[in-house]
Amino acid sequence: MGKVIQISPITRIEGHAKIAIHLDDRGDVRDTFLHITSLRGFEKFVEGRPAEEIPRIVTRICGICPWMHHLAASKAVDAAFGVTPPPAGSLLREICQLLAHISDKILHFFFLAAPDFVLGPDADYSVRNVMGIVKAAPDLAARIVKMRQLGQMMLERFAGRAIHPVAGVVGGFSRPMLEQERQELLRDAGTLLDFSCYALDFAKDTVFAKYMDVFQEMGTITTGFLGTVDRTSGALRLYDGRQRLMKADGSCTNFEGDSYTDHIGEHVEAWSFGKMPYAKSWQEGFSLDPAAPAGIYRANTLARINVCDGISTPRAQAALEEFRMAFGRPAQQTILYHYARLIELIYVCERVMELLQRPEVTDTRIRAEAGPKAGRGVGIVEAPRGTLIHDYTTDRNGCITKANLIVGTTHNIAPMHMSVKQAATSLIRGGVYDQGILNRIEMAVRAYDP
Amino acid sequence: MAVRAVLEWLNSCSGCEIAILNIGEALIPLVSEHLDIVHAPILMDHKCLGQCGEGSEIEIPEADIGIVSGGVANTEHLEVLLAMREKCRLLIALGTCATHGGIPALMNGQGLGEGIKGVFATSGTDPCSVPDVGVPAALDRVYACDEKVRIDLFLPGCPPNPALIAEVLTAVAQGRDPVQPGKSVCDTCQVLREGKGAVSKVRRFLVNADYNAEEPVQRMRCLLEQGFMCMGPVTAAGCAAAGLPPSCIRVGVPCRGCFGPVRRDGNQMLDMMNALASNGIDFKSVVDRRSLLRFSGAHGLLRQIRTRPVRERG
Repeated sequence: MGKVIQISPITRIEGHAKIAIHLDDRGDVRDTFLHITSLRGFEKFVEGRPAEEIPRIVTRICGICPWMHHLAASKAVDAAFGVTPPPAGSLLREICQLLAHISDKILHFFFLAAPDFVLGPDADYSVRNVMGIVKAAPDLAARIVKMRQLGQMMLERFAGRAIHPVAGVVGGFSRPMLEQERQELLRDAGTLLDFSCYALDFAKDTVFAKYMDVFQEMGTITTGFLGTVDRTSGALRLYDGRQRLMKADGSCTNFEGDSYTDHIGEHVEAWSFGKMPYAKSWQEGFSLDPAAPAGIYRANTLARINVCDGISTPRAQAALEEFRMAFGRPAQQTILYHYARLIELIYVCERVMELLQRPEVTDTRIRAEAGPKAGRGVGIVEAPRGTLIHDYTTDRNGCITKANLIVGTTHNIAPMHMSVKQAATSLIRGGVYDQGILNRIEMAVRAYDP
Repeated sequence: MAVRAVLEWLNSCSGCEIAILNIGEALIPLVSEHLDIVHAPILMDHKCLGQCGEGSEIEIPEADIGIVSGGVANTEHLEVLLAMREKCRLLIALGTCATHGGIPALMNGQGLGEGIKGVFATSGTDPCSVPDVGVPAALDRVYACDEKVRIDLFLPGCPPNPALIAEVLTAVAQGRDPVQPGKSVCDTCQVLREGKGAVSKVRRFLVNADYNAEEPVQRMRCLLEQGFMCMGPVTAAGCAAAGLPPSCIRVGVPCRGCFGPVRRDGNQMLDMMNALASNGIDFKSVVDRRSLLRFSGAHGLLRQIRTRPVRERG
């Protein structure tokens, strides 16, 4: 038995995971494992709870994207109770979802990932972090802190809470938007749009040009992609639409959310608490072998940018066209998750401004009355980390009897495991490695924003 | 001189860490002048098993203060928490999971082991057994941190209030006692209360509260007096931003108790039943009474319901 290198925990990500790299006697990589070590059991302990309470319980699946769980659950409970929110109710939900995407993308790119790029992958661990950016680039740090906070405070001002929200309710939303609030949000969204355009330019200059090679050295995996698109135009959608599953060759299947179990299976390996969704409908089984993957697709920003036929807002569409010109469709390089993330940041800012200018946004009819009943509902939104699926069955008292959740990040567990294996195998030879090399392997995981 | 700090998260969602970030611009001087963060997995790359991954025991650096979020549900959480206690002069439990178990302690209502088995037996999951290679084993239930180690300071909230986190960190850096709220959500709620109303049963939250969003919240009738189940009477205050009403009530949504009980060892379910009964409200009208412990099910309060009576031997 050779030795085992444990990267424990994986840092600057938003969950609990570690990497184990098993070396053989020559010091080459024999195998690697991405262990997801946390499991809380939401699917089970929501059983018996009144369904209308679920949107304010499942928020705690993720403190970084609680709005996504809040809204996917709200949509699922709407469907189970057979109620349709009034137009303003849906609009207010989508606006909140977009605002939450803004803070999330700034957090991930600038606070968590950027230290590798701004300070370099080989910088000492004690400074290779956002505190290091505060010291090395104080103006940039002040700006990113301010912009992330602005997105959070917009949510808090309007919806009471930025973290673990409660304003999305079965049947719609708990409070209307006032005209003054609308104007203030529109003004602030304009500030964020300017920042998002700056962010993409910044990344083009300092990241993609410089680090494409670093990622290239780690190897590429080839997979399919899952995202959500507009039912008629095929354009990128985050709050609603239909799902699109793309094979690595670019061919696509579209499906409606409530038939997701026909398309997606969930595989379990003995070494990870994270279930691994795979494309069951491809009927090729499941394999994590990077040379011959089976059933493997990816979700999150790069996937959405790959599966959509276009983006409905002008600046993001221009950025998408430039991206496709450079990298084709589907683009496979993992580093491009960051690029796609920043294109999406522009889109969400533009989209929130568009929605805030719709006349019905200040309508006071925001919630349809719902009654508890037996049913089943599937609610899907695109979370920052991927297609988020909540599926609930209720009894005649409107309490949960069964729940199935496919959380955004989990779509990427299998691909992340493969990327880690690729990176480790490429970078570690003959037992030679250092902190910089181990950090590069983590960078392959960080790009997925798990 | 800067205070050395370490942060760790256990059975948690990272909402507490986002609440720290939501201190906002005031965080910059805090982290660059007052705090020297030497270990914090969400923000920096100090590893528990050595920077080159060759250690065998969890190692946390010595620090003046340790901030831990999340409850304790598996062997790894316990190891990390014990290491934190050993290395930190002052240990702070941040967030309601760390202080009272939080939402994940709802699992105690059905048994942690049984629940985990159930997660891997859902209809959408391919047949499998519970993973057990390179992943930590579950404990018998979800614990709050003070059930396992001594905790010096409790800072509940789901999420905790960024302003209170900033107050605690600043106070510790200055060597003084932090100012923390000691009242209930009701005590700090500005809504209109008219005394005992004609409510005999509580309603589920299936229609919006009756209020005019154009008017200040002081004109909104108390949600409990409107007949909605609201846990303000039995929940610790602290969620409100400065000068504003409690964060859920501000948007017309009743409180569900996310800061835990008013007294740290209180029981939110029993206290709420008492509060309802003393106002002439039928507590049987509460659907799913056990979920009144949804934030505070640790400390043995939320237990597995035995479906069969346990027969005594003899």
